[in-house]
Amino acid sequence: MRSASENRAATVEGDRLPAATGCAIRVENLSVTYRTTVEKKPTLKKTLIRLGRRERIIREINAVRDVSFEVPRGAALGVVGVNGAGKSTLLRTMAGILPPTDGRIEVFGRVSTLLSLGVGFKSELTGQENVVLGGLAAGLSREQMAEKYEEIVDFAELGDFMDMPMRTYSSGMYGRLAFSVATSMDPDILLIDEALSTGDARFKEKSFAKMRELCGETRTIVLVSHGLRSIRELCDEAIWMNEGRIAMRDDADAVIDAYKEYLQVGESEVTNEDV
Amino acid sequence: MNAIARPRAGEDFTGEYNVYEPHKVGLPPLGPYFRALWARKQFLFELARTNLRAQHYNTTFGQLWLILNPLMMAAVYFTLVYIIRDGGRGPVFLAHLMLSLFAFRLVSTAISRGAQSVVGGGKLLLNTAFPRLLLPLEAVLESFMRFLPTVAVYAVVHAILGLPIGLDLLWIVPIIALMTIFGAGAAMFAATAQVYFRDLASFLRYFTRIWLYTSPILFYAEDVPAKLQTILYVNPMYPMLGSLNDAVIEGRTPPFPLLAASLAWALGAIMVGAVFFMSREREFAIRL
Repeated sequence: MRSASENRAATVEGDRLPAATGCAIRVENLSVTYRTTVEKKPTLKKTLIRLGRRERIIREINAVRDVSFEVPRGAALGVVGVNGAGKSTLLRTMAGILPPTDGRIEVFGRVSTLLSLGVGFKSELTGQENVVLGGLAAGLSREQMAEKYEEIVDFAELGDFMDMPMRTYSSGMYGRLAFSVATSMDPDILLIDEALSTGDARFKEKSFAKMRELCGETRTIVLVSHGLRSIRELCDEAIWMNEGRIAMRDDADAVIDAYKEYLQVGESEVTNEDV
Repeated sequence: MNAIARPRAGEDFTGEYNVYEPHKVGLPPLGPYFRALWARKQFLFELARTNLRAQHYNTTFGQLWLILNPLMMAAVYFTLVYIIRDGGRGPVFLAHLMLSLFAFRLVSTAISRGAQSVVGGGKLLLNTAFPRLLLPLEAVLESFMRFLPTVAVYAVVHAILGLPIGLDLLWIVPIIALMTIFGAGAAMFAATAQVYFRDLASFLRYFTRIWLYTSPILFYAEDVPAKLQTILYVNPMYPMLGSLNDAVIEGRTPPFPLLAASLAWALGAIMVGAVFFMSREREFAIRL
C-alpha cells in the first residue's frame, strides 16, 4: 500500500493530460471497507450492558480487497461473481460514489451509472419527476433534460406510466426506465449493474443492441450481471470476483466457463437466463 | 468526443477525468465543489417543489394544509396560553405568538428535516455522485417554502389588528435571512451527526420542544424573571425572535446588540455546519 504522501504526489501527476493511453478506467490496489453499526439482536438489556461497558458496535465489511485492473477504451468488461462478492461496490467506487479505503482509481471520461437500484429514488413521485430529478442531480440542466426526455420515454416505452408514481411500477418497468436514462446521458463510460435482468425478452434485445452500439462508438462498458449469456454476448473480457478479490481475469468465455465450474452448474437454462 | 479536455484531479463530479483516492478527513477542493453545487441549483428547487407537492398528495385539503397547519398550531398554543394565563393576554399577543411561532418553525423544520436528509437520501446517495450539501440545503429550502404562506397568514392578522405598518417592517427580510442561514448551518450539522449517531433524530424531537418553550414565543422576553435571564442569553432564538418582534409588532428598529448577536449566531452556525458536513461527506455512502 502506498503512503498518503505518495498518493498526493500521484494526484499532482494526474493533473497532466493522460496521454491517449487508450485506457478508460485504471484501478490500482483498490480496497473498500464499509462501516456499519449492526447489532445482531438489539434488545434493551444488551444495549444497557453495552453502554455500561462503553463498547461500540461498528462492524467492518471488506467488500473489495486489493483489486487492480484496467479497462481499455471501447471495451466491454463483464464482472461475474456470487452475491456479495463486491461487484456492486466496485462499480460504485468507479462511479465516484464510494470513496476507496485504499488504492486509487483513474477514470478517463464522463461516467453514467445504471446501478441495480435504478433511478427511482423517490417512489411516491412520478416516473417523469424521477427522471428529471435524477438528471438534475447528475448535473444536467432542465433544458438538457427536456431535450433528452422524449428519447428516454421513447426507448423505455412506458407511455402513460410516466405520469404515475413509481411505486406503481413493476420491477421490469423500473429497469427499463433506468436503462433508458443511463444510456441517454451520452456517457463515455457506462457502468451497468444487473439492470438487464428485469426487462422482458423484447426489451432485452433492444438494450443489447443499444449497448453494442455504444461499444462501437468507442464507449466503454462495465457490466455486472448474473445473466452469464449477456456477458458472453456483450463482453470481450471478464473478471470473476470472489470475496472482494479478483479470482480470475481472462476473455469472457474462459472466465464464464471457470465460474460455472466453480458454481458446479452446467450450461442450463437457469444460468443462461438473466435471473 | 475523444479528446480529453482540460483534465482536473480531485472532485468535479461530472468531469472528464477523475481520480478517486482514499481521503483523510478534510475539506474537498472548494472551487470545484461549489461550482458543482451551483450547477445543480435547479435540482434543489425541483426536489423541494416535488417533495412539498408529494407530502399532501392523498389528502382532501391538499396544498391547503400549508395554511391550515400553521393556523391550527397557532390556535393550539394560543388556547394553551389563554388557559394558563387566565385569559390575561390580548389580541396583540396573538400576533406576537403567530409571528414568533412561524419563524421558529422555519428553523426547527429545517433542522429536523435536515437531520434526516442524508440518512434518508438512500438510493440517490448510493447511485449518483453529487455534492452532498444539496441534501440539507434542500431541507432548508423546503422549510422556507413552507414558511412563505405563513407570512401571508400573519399579514392578514397584522392588518386586522391595525399593527404599525412602516419602513421598520422591512427588517423582516434580513432577520428571516439570518434565521434561514442559521437553520441551514444547524441542518448541515444535524445531517452529519445523524450519520454517526442515529439516535439524534429521536432526541431532536424533545430538544426542539424544549427549545420552543424556552424561546420568547409563548411569552414576551420581558416576562422572563431576572434570575432566569441566562436562559435567554444562551438561546440563539432570543436575539432573532427578539429583533423580529421589535421590528414587526412594535414597529421600531431592533436594538443593535440583538441584531449583532443574530448575525454572529447565523455566521457561526453556517461555518461550523458546512465545515463539519463537507469534511465528512465523502464518507457518508459507506456508512449508510
